[in-house]
Amino acid sequence: MAQLDLSEKLAILADAAKYDASCSSSGGARRDSRKGKGIGSTTGAGICHAYTPDGRCISLLKVLLTNSCVFNCQYCINRAGSNVRRARFTVRELVDLTIDFYKRNYIEGLFLSSGIIRDPNYTMEQLIDVARSLRQDHHFHGYIHLKTIPDADPDLVTRAGLHADRVSINVELPTDPGLRDLAPEKSRDRIEGAMGRMRGAIEDGKDARRRFRSAPAFAPAGQSTQMIIGADAATDRDIVSRAATLYDRYGLRRVYYSAFSPIPDAGSALPAGRPPLLREHRLYQSDWMMRFYEFSPDDLAAALDPLSGMLPLDMDPKLAWALRRRDCFPVDINRAPRTLLLRVPGLGPRAVQSILAARRWHTLRLEDVARITVSLTKIRPFIVTADWRPTLLTDRADLAALVRPRATQLDLFSR
Amino acid sequence: MTPRLVTLDREDDFEGWRNAARSLAASAVPAHQVVWQVGDQRTDLFAGAPVDLATTRPIMVPGDFVRIARCALLHSEPQRFALLYDLFLKVLDRPSLVRDRTDGLVHKVGALSQAVLRDIHKMQGFVRFREVQEEGVCRCVAWFEPDHHILRASAAFFVNRFAAMTWSILTPKGSLHWDGGRLLEGPPARRQDGPDADTVEAVWKTYYAATFNPARLGTRAMMREMPGRYWRNLPETSVIRDLVSGSAPKSGR
Repeated sequence: MAQLDLSEKLAILADAAKYDASCSSSGGARRDSRKGKGIGSTTGAGICHAYTPDGRCISLLKVLLTNSCVFNCQYCINRAGSNVRRARFTVRELVDLTIDFYKRNYIEGLFLSSGIIRDPNYTMEQLIDVARSLRQDHHFHGYIHLKTIPDADPDLVTRAGLHADRVSINVELPTDPGLRDLAPEKSRDRIEGAMGRMRGAIEDGKDARRRFRSAPAFAPAGQSTQMIIGADAATDRDIVSRAATLYDRYGLRRVYYSAFSPIPDAGSALPAGRPPLLREHRLYQSDWMMRFYEFSPDDLAAALDPLSGMLPLDMDPKLAWALRRRDCFPVDINRAPRTLLLRVPGLGPRAVQSILAARRWHTLRLEDVARITVSLTKIRPFIVTADWRPTLLTDRADLAALVRPRATQLDLFSR
Repeated sequence: MTPRLVTLDREDDFEGWRNAARSLAASAVPAHQVVWQVGDQRTDLFAGAPVDLATTRPIMVPGDFVRIARCALLHSEPQRFALLYDLFLKVLDRPSLVRDRTDGLVHKVGALSQAVLRDIHKMQGFVRFREVQEEGVCRCVAWFEPDHHILRASAAFFVNRFAAMTWSILTPKGSLHWDGGRLLEGPPARRQDGPDADTVEAVWKTYYAATFNPARLGTRAMMREMPGRYWRNLPETSVIRDLVSGSAPKSGR
């Protein structure tokens, strides 16, 4: 095979990495390069440096070290049996590329993952070496996200956290049968075992930092994971409950969903056709309901179709929940507690905060609510204000038709 | 009463605005009696008496107001100084007002502040440095066109991030130059003052094209977050047309 130049390698190894949904650069500690040499800073909030025509942002240089892999996971473009072109960066090439991009303000940092070459330990050592070189040889203070390999030595997996802001281990598929059929070499026990150890290491690191200010930071942006949506038979109910367990058990910062994209040269066990983007979007909305709107996984069950166990595609899950739980409405804007205000379709956490602040000083009317929400039409059936009471609307059988968004091409923004 | 005239030094002169606002409030000058201008450009030919900036005792307002005012003042809206003074008087009267976003004026000023924060955020993401050799030394130079008067407010971010580099950011409203230890301000610049190429840009475009997933085509989300007015200063946008035209929806396989 002819030698590939850097650009050719980059094209192959970025293409191979693009099925990972996460590009987040948020949640890290604040750092800068004012003192001493080196380059880079993290502000705690992520910065998006560009957007591609798939609507997703580029925050990190997201690549694989190599797309060669000894595993044969059916959903993965890089599996052993696929005939894609293979490439491999040297540690030096990848470090230089990251610095070159960073200096020109193209990126916040690096998101590095890899196919498994030789064995998990060897691969993990290579990934760690890239991060180590960036931090120690180049005094790089930007963001580093390392994907860790659950089958590598626990020592290695935790060493990753010493250089990385965020570490992640993918659970890959939401159900056990899915994992068995599509990723036979991976095991839920090993994946979750590694996540459990990582949680322990992150908590120990925080504890040490509280006691000794000089203790090294350990994965200050925590750990995250990803599930592929639509490659196996999992229902939204399965997915939501799995995500809730993962948040709970492993203290994850994020569970990412990746709509299964048809890949070139796919295995026969997989669906063909377009990725279920709208389904992915609805699952993210359900994720926000749990993380920012104080819905428990049990609450969320009311938004699912009882027979299919799926979230509706034609409206967002918060609206679906409200239509099924009409007994909870209307909510009195001037009296209801925060948790109930958060359940009103069309009221976000910021609007709720504004309502709570404003109503300490005066009684709110519909025009006041209009100033802090995007669409009064959407929320009006669900609220009571000093001058508005929707008595008849909530009893109407055609309420769904009145409030459901019109069937236009929806914007698929997944993050 | 003749209208009072306040002349601020610069478009982002928060200290000047604050001093004037304090003096005016101490003399109970109502908002409609004040004409605000920047530098020598007269905004009202009939405006009269300049404001006496004799030090008055400090006036306390909630920190929330100062935070919002600092941002909103950087907006390109010419009425911002007057709006802020109007709100300042109302907040002196009732400090809690600043947290009431259902109030029309608070809402309006809040929207100005949000627009400025967004502009700052976009600048942090969309500045693109190009490397030039200057007498054997590397300097990174960027040309950027912000919507609002955010250049000075954005300086700390770039200094913190690129402290060990030497760089310049050129804009139509002014320029910043960092030599690795000191930050200098320069006059407004023109696009042609900056370099027009960088060797790494071809590699960056390769990355941009390869990380795009044609199966997920969704240009509307891209346009919302990266509006067209930014495109001419973002080298990677030159490949968008080809990426989109090559990615017609595939029906099955």
